[in-house]
Formats: sequence, C-alpha cells, structure tokens
Amino acid sequence: MLEFPTWKKLWYWGLTIVIALCAVPSLVSLTNARWPDFLPEPKINLGLDLAGGSRLLLEANRQQVVQQRLEGMEESVRTRLRQASPTIAIGDFSSTGGQLAFTVRDASQVDAAREAILPLTSGAGLTGQRDWDITVRDGTRFILVPTQAGIDLAISSAMETAVEVVRKRIDALGTKEPDIRRLGGTRIDVQVPGLQDPQALKNLLGQTAKLEFKLVDETAVPSDLAKGIVPPGDEIVPYADPNDPAAGGVPYLAVKRLGGIKGDELTDAKQAFDPKTNAAVVSITFNQQGGEKFAKLTSENVNKRFAIILDGKVLSAPSINEAILGGSAQISGSFNVQSATQLAIALRSGALPVDLTVVEERTVGPDLGADSIQKGVVAMGVGTVLLMLFIFLTYGRFGAYANIALFINVLMILGVMAVLGTTLTLPGIAGFVLTIGAAVDANVLINERIREERHRGRRVVQAVELGYKEASRAIFDANITNAISAVLMFAFGSGPVRGFAVVLMIGIVTSVFTAVTMSRMWVAGWLRRARPSDLNV
Amino acid sequence: MKLLKLIPDNTNIHFLRWQWPFFITNLLAMAASVVLLFTHGLNLGVDFVGGQMIRVTFEQSATAPVGKLRESVDSLGFGEPVIQTFGKPNEVSVRMKLPEGAEDNPKLADGMARKITEKVRHDFADARVDGVDSVSGKVSGELFHTGMLALGLAMICISIYIWIRFEWQFAVGALFALVQDILLTVGMFSLTQMEFDLNIVAALLTLLGYSLNDKIVVYDRIRENMKKHRRMPMNELLDLSVNETLSRTIATSLSVLIMLVSLLLLGPDVIFGFTAAITLGIFIGTYSSIFMSAPILIWLGVKSDTFVKKETDIDRQERLARETGARP
Repeated sequence: MLEFPTWKKLWYWGLTIVIALCAVPSLVSLTNARWPDFLPEPKINLGLDLAGGSRLLLEANRQQVVQQRLEGMEESVRTRLRQASPTIAIGDFSSTGGQLAFTVRDASQVDAAREAILPLTSGAGLTGQRDWDITVRDGTRFILVPTQAGIDLAISSAMETAVEVVRKRIDALGTKEPDIRRLGGTRIDVQVPGLQDPQALKNLLGQTAKLEFKLVDETAVPSDLAKGIVPPGDEIVPYADPNDPAAGGVPYLAVKRLGGIKGDELTDAKQAFDPKTNAAVVSITFNQQGGEKFAKLTSENVNKRFAIILDGKVLSAPSINEAILGGSAQISGSFNVQSATQLAIALRSGALPVDLTVVEERTVGPDLGADSIQKGVVAMGVGTVLLMLFIFLTYGRFGAYANIALFINVLMILGVMAVLGTTLTLPGIAGFVLTIGAAVDANVLINERIREERHRGRRVVQAVELGYKEASRAIFDANITNAISAVLMFAFGSGPVRGFAVVLMIGIVTSVFTAVTMSRMWVAGWLRRARPSDLNV
Repeated sequence: MKLLKLIPDNTNIHFLRWQWPFFITNLLAMAASVVLLFTHGLNLGVDFVGGQMIRVTFEQSATAPVGKLRESVDSLGFGEPVIQTFGKPNEVSVRMKLPEGAEDNPKLADGMARKITEKVRHDFADARVDGVDSVSGKVSGELFHTGMLALGLAMICISIYIWIRFEWQFAVGALFALVQDILLTVGMFSLTQMEFDLNIVAALLTLLGYSLNDKIVVYDRIRENMKKHRRMPMNELLDLSVNETLSRTIATSLSVLIMLVSLLLLGPDVIFGFTAAITLGIFIGTYSSIFMSAPILIWLGVKSDTFVKKETDIDRQERLARETGARP
C-alpha cells in the first residue's frame, strides 16, 4: 500500500500539474489581467446567472402545425385532381376532426383518384409507415387521416426550421454568442449572454412573420358576414388595426381561402418610406419563383383587391391597378419606423413555420451576476482558510497533507472544468464550496482510522496502512451515493442546477484522487524519510 | 504540537439506551412536519406555481419604496405582489403568482412579466431591473414533477445500492433515515415559510448524498464489527460502532458546516435559501446518523450472525487477511 515506484510518482505529479495548469487562465481572468495570446486558453464559461444575460424557453404550438399540414394537403389534393386528365370532379369536401374527406363524383374514377393522390403521401419513420392513411368508404368517399409518425415528422421538420429562423433573427439583433438549441419535442432553448432587456428579442421572436397575399372576395354580402355566414371557399380575416380607416368601419375582410401566394419566397425586405405619404413601409423583393407567382396573381386580377395578411391579420388591402412584374412590392399598414424595421428583419429571416410562445424567462442583470461572483469567491476563500486551520489543528502533519490535497483539489476541479468547457453557474459556486467541505471527509476518515489503529497498539507503518485500507471502502461507497444523486440532478435539473451537479461530479473524482492517492504518496514518503517511532495524529 | 480533539478518545456513550425516547421524538417531529405540510403548506416559488419574480434595485434610494411599489404593481390588476428585500435595503424581489386557471393560457406569464417590468421602470425613475424569472403554468407543473421524480429516484437508487453492498435491513434503515431527513427539512421550510423552489430540490438531493455518507460510514463499521466480534450482543456492538465513528461524524459535519456558514454569511444573497436548506439538513442528517441509523437495524431484525452465514469467499479472504494482519 505504501510502495510508490518512481514512475508512479512521476505519473501522479505530472497528471496533477497538467490539470492544475489548465485552471490558470480562468484564475487570471478573475484578476482582469491580460492572458498572453500565444498561450492556449481553456477557460471556464460563466453561466447566465453569473455573467448576466437572458434565457428564453420558447414553445411551439403543436396543434397549429397539424392544422397547417391539413390545409396544405387539402390544397395539394384539390390541385392534383383538377389537373388530372381527365379532371376528377369531387364534392363534399370536409376538413374537420383532424382529417380530410371528399367524395369522388364519378365512381369509375375512384382508382384514378387514388393513383393521383398517392404520390402526395410518403414514408415516415423507419417502420415503413406512411405519413397519411388513405381509405375509401362506401365506394366513393375518400378519407385521409394523418398518421402519428407523419405528424411527428412534420413537427420535427417545423422545429428544425424554427430553430434556424430564431438563429437568424437573433443574429440580426447583433447579440454575441447566442446559444440556441431544440429542447424536447416542441421547445427551443435560447440563451443570450449579456442581453439585459430581452423585450426587443421577445417581440421579434413573438412575430411569426407569415406573410400571405390573398384575393379579397368582393362578392361576399356584408350582411351575411355580419351574421357570421362565411361564403363557401372564403375565410374571414380580421384587420390588424380594427380602427384602420381603410377598413371602413368593418374590422374584418372576406378573402379567398385558396389560390393566394405566400410571402416566404423573398430575397430581401427592408424598411422604407412611401414616397407619396412619407409613412414607414416595408419594401420586399421576391425571388425568381415568387416574382413570377406574384406577377401572375396581379396580372390576372387587375382592378381587384388583394389583402396583405401578416400572421392572420390584414395589414392592408390595396387594389391592383396594374400587373406588378418587377418582383418587388411595398407593404403598407399602420407602421412606425421601429415596427417596420422589426417586420423587415422578421421577413428577411423567413417566417417561423409555427407560432412560438415564451413559456419561461430567466434574465439576470450584469450587476447582480458580478455581485454573486464576488461574494461567492469571498465566501469560498474565508471558508477554505477556516477549514484548513481546523483540519491542521485536528490532525497535525496529516492535516497538513490533507490541506495540500485540498488546495490541489480546488485547482484540479477548475482545471477539469476548463478543459471540458463546462459552465460555472451560481449553484455551481455553492457546489464548489460544498465539495471543498466534503472532500476533507476522506482524509478525516483515514486519519481517524490511523488514530484508532494506533490506540489499538499497532505499529506506525501498519497503522497507516490499515488506516488507508479500511477507510477506502467507506470512502468508495460514500462517493458512489453522492455520484448517484449528482447524476440524477444532472439528468432532471434545469440549467443552473446542472452546473451544480457538474461541479459535484468532477469534485467526487478529483477529491478521491487528491485526498486518497496523493496524500498516501506524501505520507509514504515521509514515513520512509523520517522513520517516526510515534504518530502525532 | 497538542492536537485538537473535539471528541475524547474511546467514548462509550450508550446511545441505544435512549433509542425509544429518540424514536418517539423522531416520529413526533415527522408527524408534525406532515401536519405542517397539510395545514401551512409550502411557500412554493415561481418555479413550481408559475408567475414572476422580478429583482429590482433602487439606485438613488437608501431603502426601497416598498409600499409605493406594491400599489404600483397591484394597480395592474394581476393581484397583490409579495415584496421582500434581499441583500441591501434598497434591493427587493417582487413576486407574482399566476392567477387561477392560467395553465390554459401559455402567453399570460410572459405578458405579465412585460407589463410588470414596464410599469416598475415607468413609475420609478431610479429602478434598475436586475433579474426577471417568469415561468408559465405548464412549465412550472413540469418542473415540479421532474423535481419530485428526481428526489424519488435518488432515494430508490441509493437504497438499491446499499442493498447490493450491505443487506436489505441496511437499505431499509437508510431509506427510513433519508425520508426522515427530507421530511424534517421540508417541515422546517413549511414552518418558516421560506421560499421552496427548484434550487431547494437540488439542495435536498445534495443532502441525500451527504446524509448517506454518514450512514454508510456507520454501517460499514457495524459490518466490520459484526465480523470481528461474533459474540458481542447486538446492542453493545451497535453502540461500539457509533462511538468508534463518532469523532469522524462530528469532524466531517463540522468541516462541511464551516464552508456552509461562510457561504450563508458572506455568500451571494440569491442562493441564501439553497445554502440554508443544506445547512439545516446537515444538522438533521448528523443527528439521524448518530441516533437513528443504528437502532433501526435492531428493529429490522439484524442479528449478530447476519453477515456470518452469507460470508462469501472474498469476505473470508478479507477476514483472514485481517486476522493475520492483526497478530502482532
């Protein structure tokens, strides 16, 4: 137990020094001194609760994705069957209850209809399941039911797009090093260090920016609309600003549900001013495809009105004076410069495929964070000094070894954290302080045992050997139970609590190494050198 | 150098003589905790009930205008806020709980947070918003469930580990002691109405680990003594084991307490509750290690020969090695 060949000593010391050196850059940064550029710089990241910043948890509306998918399918089915040759006539279209249903007028065309629709579905997942189930009832009634695998796939792809869009929008705000990741099924975790007031960010992310151009149904009878009777094929869209004078006292508009174009085919969007009225507007430029569609829509509907709809609300409904062929357009509405700029950013980054809601926010100002770091460091320093004093007074020379082990342990924890690039959070500082307190437990166990064995009359070397041997069993078991709770904390905890668990886990490993292995090496060396006849322990 | 000895050598305190009074006291304390939980409940933080906690510093004032602040936030119509100072007298936390039925409206929490911060900034020119925690009803429910799940799983996993390493009686004993530690700590939170949030759950998990440390050291010694002193009556053997580990138990608890107390007195105000929970728990855990962990084994029917029958080859080798080593 007490034999340490030279290679082992070198290996232990080497490992200790290398890991402890990794802590140096982080310690230097505490003193605000400059770290030379030519040296590698593994540094401990500070969590948002220490560095200041904002964390937002966004949740997507799952039901909305399902609904959009249903509408998309309806449009595809109608187009497919209309374009089939010969055209397949259908009726009784219903899209209620989360499924699509329609009847093929001519029973002899049922097989052709099935042929036409089948390419619209595709495989989903690994089980070979398709994303839609198509069944035919009573000979001619088609029922299209979205499968769970298909819905999951749609949500998954919507979330991927959403993460990208969120990233683009945050980048547009010019914030540094945001961390954006998908969390679970329908959530996005956004962390923006240094952001003090997330209001602008929340406004930007709260805007889905789904832009649509739809034709106004001029034939709709106002008295019917007032009674809530919607003409077939139409939908009612409210005005964004109910007091908009253009609305003429009616705060909603009937538009054609299908056949409009979506504003996701843009190459650019910027805030501009209307040359005539000098009001803030957003000027948009379509890409090739979008430009062609827009030209087609406008040339086919000259002298009619189309509604510009943003996130389900009418911004304005200008009439088409002539075909717009240039591929660019202007969106007017009740904007000020700020909201027009915001919309431009949102449109440039693309529409979110689904609405996002902030379901959790944690914002910490930089002053509070700095105060926490300073107080944490002071508490740790004072506590450590008192603890070392107590251990030295209680165990003498063995206590001194324990203290050196403790000091190295602190450096090693910092070093490992720096190398792994872990994040230090406020609870993490608490974890640090606690780990220091608990790390001496191993030495206490060993030293108490040595003391006991001496009282039983064992000789010096034997007492030390037995002390380390007998105590190591309890040390092992105790650390395993601590590790169990740390792992569970990491698995179930949220950000800051995870930081705490990480420090605990690293501390468990390093403290066993320093408190058991290293201290044994020092004690063994001393025993060989001094050959003491008695132990003052 | 004369060394410091907190506990004299070779103590021989008959802890088990008082096992019944202690046990009854414990049961009463646990019962009181349960009653408190039902009558007073816990002062659950926004993590668990949803709502906002907003930290504000009034930079130009010596003390925060708490009354005016309350009126100002109250006028928004979300209900009356709970305002407490923390740290310095011009630093306050404003807490608002979500109104009933808020689970159905995920946008409500964020809307409230916006309105409250805007209002505070508008009404008080020198108010600096230092932090905003806003949790919607849905997320708070999940946080509560995962927190409780983590606690439950930790207790079960740790008990299973002890069962594997020792005997089932030890696992049950440890589990009972753990339940007691958690229950009494939570009971104290109910009594003092200190805020119970996500950090406190982390504190409880930490406590589980540390409290178990102590129990394992005692159990390890009991196991060792049971193999060593075959004919010693159980009561005596348990007393001996607890006495032998007493100075270690005290020294370790004191070490952790030194660090905790400096954190309590000098550390960041934001984690005061967290540190307080662990400090409290260390006292309760140390107490239960010394007075509860051993007698429970007797009640569960651990006999002097529990470890003898099931001695494995490895155990025998260990014992033989020890016995040879013990010969002078």
